[in-house]
Amino acid sequence: MLRRTLLASAAAATLVGTSLGAQDVTKVGFVFVGPVGDGGWTYEHNQGRLAVEAEFGDAVETVFVESVPEGPDAERVMTQMALEGADLIFTTSFGYMDPTINVAAQFPDVMFEHATGYKQADNVSVYSARFYEGRAVQGHIAGQITESNVIGYIASFPIPEVIRGINSAYIHAKEVNPDVEFKIIWAYTWFDPAKEAEAANVLIEQGADVILQHTDSTAPQAAAQAAGNVYTFGQASDMAEFGPMPRVSSIIDDWAPYYIARTQAVMDGTWESTSTWDGIGPGMVGIGEISDAIPAEVKASAEDMISRLASGEYHAFTGPINKQDGSAWLAEGETAADYTDDGLAGMNFYVEGLTAEIPQ
Amino acid sequence: MIILEKRPQASQFWSYGAPIVAVFVTMIFGAVLFAALGKPPIEALSKIFWEPLFGEFNFFYLPQLLIKGAPLVAIALGLSLGFKAGIWNIGAEGQYIIGALCGAAVGLALYPMEARWLVLPAMLIAGAFGGFAWAMIPGILRVKFNTNEILVSLMLVYVAEQLLAAMALGAMKNPEGMGFPGSRNLSQYSSASSWIDQGHGMHWGVVIALIAVIFAYILFTRHILGFQIKLAGQAPRAAAFSGVSPARLVLFCLGTSGALAGIAGLTEVSGPAGVVSIDFNVGYGFTAIIVAFLGRLHPVGILMAGALMALTYIGGDVAQSSLGLPKAAIQVFQGTLLFSLLGIDVLTNYRVRMKRGAVA
Repeated sequence: MLRRTLLASAAAATLVGTSLGAQDVTKVGFVFVGPVGDGGWTYEHNQGRLAVEAEFGDAVETVFVESVPEGPDAERVMTQMALEGADLIFTTSFGYMDPTINVAAQFPDVMFEHATGYKQADNVSVYSARFYEGRAVQGHIAGQITESNVIGYIASFPIPEVIRGINSAYIHAKEVNPDVEFKIIWAYTWFDPAKEAEAANVLIEQGADVILQHTDSTAPQAAAQAAGNVYTFGQASDMAEFGPMPRVSSIIDDWAPYYIARTQAVMDGTWESTSTWDGIGPGMVGIGEISDAIPAEVKASAEDMISRLASGEYHAFTGPINKQDGSAWLAEGETAADYTDDGLAGMNFYVEGLTAEIPQ
Repeated sequence: MIILEKRPQASQFWSYGAPIVAVFVTMIFGAVLFAALGKPPIEALSKIFWEPLFGEFNFFYLPQLLIKGAPLVAIALGLSLGFKAGIWNIGAEGQYIIGALCGAAVGLALYPMEARWLVLPAMLIAGAFGGFAWAMIPGILRVKFNTNEILVSLMLVYVAEQLLAAMALGAMKNPEGMGFPGSRNLSQYSSASSWIDQGHGMHWGVVIALIAVIFAYILFTRHILGFQIKLAGQAPRAAAFSGVSPARLVLFCLGTSGALAGIAGLTEVSGPAGVVSIDFNVGYGFTAIIVAFLGRLHPVGILMAGALMALTYIGGDVAQSSLGLPKAAIQVFQGTLLFSLLGIDVLTNYRVRMKRGAVA
């Protein structure tokens, strides 16, 4: 076996060195962290994949592998796609960052797109969505509809993406309701209906009557429905089947336009390594319809906020904002930068007023 | 009417034949399953079993077999010691994590020291010790207080997972990682990397797994301790009369399997995985239980079973991306392997007889 391996590796060197994408059909690969049926994060990425197929028809071929663990397995799956002739590969989870960079280095003629990371290369672009804009809208609504003044938050992993969401929701809930309090449960999963339902029930028992989730299943929606008087927001997908109560609105990831544009760029030969971070304005973050279960004036002010976020007139992190320890973060009127120290990309602190601690 | 009749002695033929028949039964079941999903069954099976070994890109897949198989074999070998003696370590996953954490802690503490002769061996020792110490918890509790090692070792997996998350987010977080979770990349730190030849899938974990196979073989065929382990499993009373100390045996079996799992974890984290991340563990510790039984608790059998299991993982991913098979179908397929082995195993100890006439 060893000798076969050695011989074959020599072949590999030449094969990898030459172009693999000589065919007419553009092959696009997708690496998914969850099952496509999760109804949330991976589901929406898969919708993007289907949109690419619908847009280009026979000119593209898409392949995907679901539930790929974030480590050596991811590296293998990406390499396999590249070997089998993929021209463009979307890797759709933060944990795929290093594997994407490693594999991309071996396949200079294959283009890679990594979601939610920060490492770029000549053939690796990064893209993410400004979900925190949607969180601002959620906080704005939640702060006004809560009667117990306790808002529950099912968080996934303490990474900047999730912490940004908590901060944004809290700032905007506090703005409309100074007495509001956040209870945060870390589920340490992106998708686990049993854990998510348990977290939701614990939060409800602790008095939360609005639950925000940064996990992908509809289990918290079902738990809220069973409890009766609890409001929720759809996550990643619209989750409209739980409306008008408990689901009163949602954050919808819409990757389709980006995936179509990037596939087009590969076809045209105009693909370049870029960093994209789009919000409500360009449509990467959608806000699901605000249901009639909430008062009309709340709905109106939320819709106003959505349009101000979309036009860029308002930034979700506008000073004055202090950090949790009381030190100043943003001065009056100052907006948060993306990639500086204390910027949004690597955010690892809570804002003033949140009582919990980020797990370390 | 069909009856099962206990054999006076376990059948030698079925003891070796059962795994082979089980593989064939699994293939037939898989073919039916894939056909029911509307996929070409023969092509799907050939993607899983043939493509990685003899396909166009086997130069890439064969080294991957080593990477995927080495931790399975190392852990399963350790487990087989205890399983033979009736000592059930179900928590190898936890020992794998703790081994990785202890070894990585040493590597990260010594960073950026340039002394491969010192750093990697120190990490290996720390990794083995970490796994050993974690396995000693159920070991000592069983010896001193007669607790159930199955429950204690299993529960400690969840404790280990929490520790892993805490380390990835806290103490071991990469200071240059912009606040994102995960440690420095140990495989890129030349003094700590467990890679020997990355292109050929060779790292120290592979070497140690192979050495462990040889040691386990000698232990069982030539050494009194191996005899005592087998005796304790088959005839505990006879073992007690012949002077085998049950306590010593428990500690030896748990300690050795813990140390092997720890080494597997360390060589994984400093090689294929590279970083201590929140979801570093992908279930090798649990899959190794299947591998141990599939390999008949025999060192050479485990080596082959580990290779077979690795093949179904790698081939499963190939089938997913090239035929669009869902991940769940692959998992059902893998589960069927153990299920049919256990089913056919009945024939080792029982004989099937046809009996005429119904018995009231």
